[in-house]
Amino acid sequence: MTDLERHEYDVIVIGAGGAGLRAAIEARQQGLRTAIICKSLFGKAHTVMAEGGIAASMGNANEKDSWQTHFRDTMRGGKFLNNPRMAELHAKEAPHRVWELETYGALFDRTADGRISQRNFGGHEYPRLAHVGDRTGLELIRTLQQKIVSLQQEDHRETGDYESRLKVFAELTITEILKEDGAVAGAFGYWRESGRFVLFEAPAVILATGGIGKSFKVTSNSWEYTGDGHALALRAGAALINMEFIQFHPTGMVWPPSVKGILVTESVRGDGGVLRNSEGKRFMFDYVPDVFRTQYADSEEEADRWYDDPENNKRPPELLPRDEVARAINSEVKAGRGTPHGGVFLDVSTRLPAEEITRRLPSMYHQFKELADVDITAEAMEVGPTCHYVMGGVEVDADTAATAVPGLYAAGEVAGGMHGSNRLGGNSLSDLLVFGRRAGAGAAEYVGALPRRPAVAEADLAAASQTALAPFRDEAAENPYSLHQELQQRMNDLVGIIRREGEILEALSVLDDLQARADRAGVEGHRQFNPGWHLALDLRNMLAVSRCVALAALERTESRGGHTREDFPAMDPQWRGVNLVCRADGTGRAVTLQRQPVPEIRVDLLALFERSELSKYLTEPELSRLDTGSEQ
Amino acid sequence: MSYQGRFRVWRGDADGGELQDFTVEVNEGEVVLDIIHRLQATQTPDLAVRWNCKAGKCGSCSAEVNGRPRLLCMTRMSTFAEDDTITVTPLRTFPVQRDLVTDVSFNYQKAREIPAFAPPADLQPGEYRMQQVDVERSQEFRKCIECFLCQDVCHVVRDHEDNKEAFAGPRFLMRIAELDMHPLDTADRRPAAREEHGLGLCNITKCCTEVCPEHIKITDNALIPLKERVVDRHYDPVVWLGNKIRRRRD
Repeated sequence: MTDLERHEYDVIVIGAGGAGLRAAIEARQQGLRTAIICKSLFGKAHTVMAEGGIAASMGNANEKDSWQTHFRDTMRGGKFLNNPRMAELHAKEAPHRVWELETYGALFDRTADGRISQRNFGGHEYPRLAHVGDRTGLELIRTLQQKIVSLQQEDHRETGDYESRLKVFAELTITEILKEDGAVAGAFGYWRESGRFVLFEAPAVILATGGIGKSFKVTSNSWEYTGDGHALALRAGAALINMEFIQFHPTGMVWPPSVKGILVTESVRGDGGVLRNSEGKRFMFDYVPDVFRTQYADSEEEADRWYDDPENNKRPPELLPRDEVARAINSEVKAGRGTPHGGVFLDVSTRLPAEEITRRLPSMYHQFKELADVDITAEAMEVGPTCHYVMGGVEVDADTAATAVPGLYAAGEVAGGMHGSNRLGGNSLSDLLVFGRRAGAGAAEYVGALPRRPAVAEADLAAASQTALAPFRDEAAENPYSLHQELQQRMNDLVGIIRREGEILEALSVLDDLQARADRAGVEGHRQFNPGWHLALDLRNMLAVSRCVALAALERTESRGGHTREDFPAMDPQWRGVNLVCRADGTGRAVTLQRQPVPEIRVDLLALFERSELSKYLTEPELSRLDTGSEQ
Repeated sequence: MSYQGRFRVWRGDADGGELQDFTVEVNEGEVVLDIIHRLQATQTPDLAVRWNCKAGKCGSCSAEVNGRPRLLCMTRMSTFAEDDTITVTPLRTFPVQRDLVTDVSFNYQKAREIPAFAPPADLQPGEYRMQQVDVERSQEFRKCIECFLCQDVCHVVRDHEDNKEAFAGPRFLMRIAELDMHPLDTADRRPAAREEHGLGLCNITKCCTEVCPEHIKITDNALIPLKERVVDRHYDPVVWLGNKIRRRRD
């Protein structure tokens, strides 16, 4: 192919958010020549949207905190469907990953004795989130970006070239992973600016592409979140697990329409904000499920005392895990107790002095003032659930982030297993750092041991180029923008926060129809910075991922975490041990679904819980392992 | 609630272009970026615009609205009258790539020229201790979302292409101030601020502060204090003499 730019690297990292940048830092520090590829400009990845903080049991605010309590909270939040080894590694390593950021130049908010301040968040037993006001994600991305620059400066001093070992390819989209004999050989993509094709020859690829929220209408996610990594992995032969579990964050903006879905940080509740319905009632007290009954307050008085005296009082139910709060808000609105714009009230104005609100929640103050003309220091916000995060993702080995495809790695939101059926707030940023680093190390080990680098086949290149150019068709074509809007509306309506069998079946037939029409999607103009073309190519990924979500949602006949079936409202211990696994052919269309056991929880990890608590989640045979101490 | 709004949008590429007129539906609560998206979906599917979070947090959708540098996602339509014609053009200081998208690589190049945080050699990870009051000054500058509106508006480079080589621009002079005020940074950043990054070219007209969507007081809190620190160093006779003697020994 003549119109093709070629690069050779040891590893390429697709995605430049927290996981991708941490992976790239590790790979470069372990001696690999590393390329970072991002769809946006460097430093704009979706991680900047994270607000509340990074969960890590440093024990700065309460010295009783430990990795064991963080592990317990994570498993409870995920309703025990988490990959237990991932949850263990995450809880153990998160503090080190946060402290390391300080050596890169991060400036977290401080405690009175000068250590990193930690704030309360839903589902976390102790104040655990390292934070910078409500813009922690920005601090994380900028810190990692600046660390990348500092490594480039080192390389410049040594070689005279900033990009000799670590280069960022910004505004470049990868459309295919290329293989030889089943192992990764490289990746194919295009420059968004020029439309020119690019081949990266590399024996290792780390996927760090984030989530899938742009398949839904009401979402806190940016345009980049089109499930690229999920779909690339699927087409390359890796498996996706847990795709039915999608987190609807309880508090997104609901008005004005153009900002519907934009995130309102959980820190509002962590710092004292409360939820009320249109009757002025703090309704969350009515929605504490049995499994959490002993940990949450029964009365407003007790809940309010908890902020100052957490030792002797139980937590307010506004700080239940996100799935519980989102369902509760949904029920209140459905029962006719919603706000004028179809949400509920989130009020911090009567709970904290105005200056305290603007100090602790500056971005929220700014966001509501400028986008909705609401002064959150004087009035309540209107909020409702918004598609925020996918727990499901590429199946990986916990220790190395390796997928089933040799040379292919995945870390961050694109990987599955860590969060089980529901992620706790604050556990995402720590996940990015812990498993981003592990993916970089895993890839380095693989590349170091490789006897021969797989080669890219010219035929695969030609096929990739043909697929990418297909939307420039002459015949009357479907408009990719209309197809996208339809997909978002239908996924929102049919496979959204509350699901029913009939609607999921309807979604699957809608997806067939949309797929057929997407095959005829066409674009105007030429290849230079053409957003219609970019969207037409992204649609293929969104459709593949949406199909996995719908298939898994249909199969799982129970309600758990980010998957609520109106026709099967209970959580069923028989389903606790089951992962639903999607695989596809090379086109990503023929998706098959299988059941597979969730990796067993080691007895020493089970022993961290009371038996009475475990009995709410596990089956009798699983519980009996505690008595015999046996690994089955 | 809805009305037909009049827009003039610059379309073209590095070889040239022109303002094109459009009439587009505008709904309650919308921002200029919503209108650009509606244009893409209904009239000009290949209209190029950079955007990402649509919540004023990522700093991607920088452009000029009626000649003023703005984030398209934070410019509310309600700030205009219904019969206004709204003109949207690319950032003027950087080369156009296509339509509203410009080549902002100048900024990434400047970012690389500022030496990174220099951590204290005697502290291990986890041992850093800093007071809130001491980190707050640098934290203000770390609110920067790198939208580069300050870089776009600064007349040192907006009107003088030939200054680009010698001038880092407000964003990156602020980065030097941020590191200089970091309680644990060990590098001496003051001589380079003046000699290599063009601090002296800034004549504190505060245009950068006015356009900052994060309301960072770039001039008052970063640039002026940095100038004062550099001047103290440069004109303090004892320091001057010390520098002379040290240089002679080298």
